[in-house]
Amino acid sequence: MDINATLLGQAVTFAILIWFTMKFVWPPLVAALDERARKVADGLAAAERAKQDLAKAEMLSTDALNKAKGEAVEIIALSEKRASEIINQARQEALVEAERVKTQAKAEVDLEITKAREALRDQVADLAVAGAEKILRREINAQAHSELLVAIRAEL
Amino acid sequence: MSESAGLTTSEYIHHHLTNLHAGHGFWTFNLDTLITSALLGAVILGLFAHVARKATSGAPGRLQAAVEILLEMVQTQVKDTFHGDSGIVGPLALTIFVWVFTLNTMDLLPVDLVPLLMGDMGVSHWKVVPTTDPNLTFAMSITVFFLILFYNVKVKKLGGFMHEVLTVPFGAKMAPFNLLFRLIEDLAKPVSLALRLFGNMYAGEMVFILIALLPAYLQWVLGAPWAIFHILIITLQAFIFMILTIIYLAMAHESH
Repeated sequence: MDINATLLGQAVTFAILIWFTMKFVWPPLVAALDERARKVADGLAAAERAKQDLAKAEMLSTDALNKAKGEAVEIIALSEKRASEIINQARQEALVEAERVKTQAKAEVDLEITKAREALRDQVADLAVAGAEKILRREINAQAHSELLVAIRAEL
Repeated sequence: MSESAGLTTSEYIHHHLTNLHAGHGFWTFNLDTLITSALLGAVILGLFAHVARKATSGAPGRLQAAVEILLEMVQTQVKDTFHGDSGIVGPLALTIFVWVFTLNTMDLLPVDLVPLLMGDMGVSHWKVVPTTDPNLTFAMSITVFFLILFYNVKVKKLGGFMHEVLTVPFGAKMAPFNLLFRLIEDLAKPVSLALRLFGNMYAGEMVFILIALLPAYLQWVLGAPWAIFHILIITLQAFIFMILTIIYLAMAHESH
C-alpha cells in the first residue's frame, strides 16, 4: 500500500476526534475519578478523625471518672474523720458533764453532811448542856459558865 | 486509497472488508479477528490484574477509581435485574462490557492506519475491528446461549425445564406449539445479540470507509462528527450486549 493524502485526511479527522475527547470527554471522566478518590479520602479522614475524637473522649471520660473516684474517696475519708471527731468530742463532753454532775452531787452531799453535822453538833451541845443542867442544876449558873459552854460547843 | 494506489473504489472497500484468513471452507480462521481480539483481551486482563494487585482500600488512584466505577456500574445492573445468587453473571457481564467496548474502540482508529502498518509488514489484509466480524459476535452470543441453557437446567432441573418448555405459555394441551415458541424465543436471543452488535459496528465501519473515499481535505467534515458520534455508539453497543446477557440469564433463573 502507498501512503497518500487519504491518510492525511484521516489523520486530521483523528486529530479532531482526539481534540474533542480531550476537550469534552476526558475532563468529566477524570473529574468523576478524582471526585471518587476525594470522597474516599475524605471518608477515610473523617473516620480517622472520628476515631481520634472517640479516643480523646474516652480518655476524658476515664480521667473524669478517676477524678470523681478520687474525690469520693477523699470525701468518705474526710467524713469518717469528721464522724470520729464528733464522736470523740461528744464522748469528751459527756465525760466532762459526768464529772461535773458528780462533783456537784458530791458538793451537795458534803453540804448536807456539814449541815447535818452542824445540826447534830447543836443538838449534842444542847443535850450536853441539858444533861449538865440536870446534873448540876444548882451549882452551875448558865451565865457564869456560858464561856465554858461555848468552848465545849466549839469542840464538838 | 485513491486511484493512484492502483485500487478502484469497490476494490478499496472490498479490501477493507476482507479478513486476513487462513484455511478454507468452514475451517477458515479470520486471523485478524482472532489476533486483535486476543491481544486486546490480554491488554485488558493485564491492566485489570495490575489494578487488582495494586488495589488499595484507601483513596484510589485514577486507574483504580476507573475500574471501581466500571465494576460498580456492572454490579448495580446485575443486582437490579438479578434476584438471588448471581454467581458467574457479574464477572461475565463485566468481561463482556469491557471486551466489547475495547474491540469497538478500534473503530475510532483511522480506517487506513492499521491496514497500512500491517501492509508495511507484508500483511495483505487487516480488519482491525473484531466486532465487525460476525464470527466473533456469534461466538460471544452462542456462549451466552449455552449459559442460558445451562442455568435453565441447573436452576429448574431437567424436569422443571422440560415442563416449562412444553407448557408455557399455552398449557400442556398445546405442547408442540409451546415447544416451537420456546425454540424461536431462545434461538432469537443469540441471533439478535450477535447481529445487533455486528450490524451496528459493520455499518459504522462502512461509513468510515466511505468517508475515507472523500477527498482528503473534506474528510474531517463528515469524519469528525461520525467519530464523535461513535464514542456513544461503541459504549452503547457494549452496554446493550452486557445488559441483555444479564437479563437473559436472569430470565433463565426464574420460572415463567
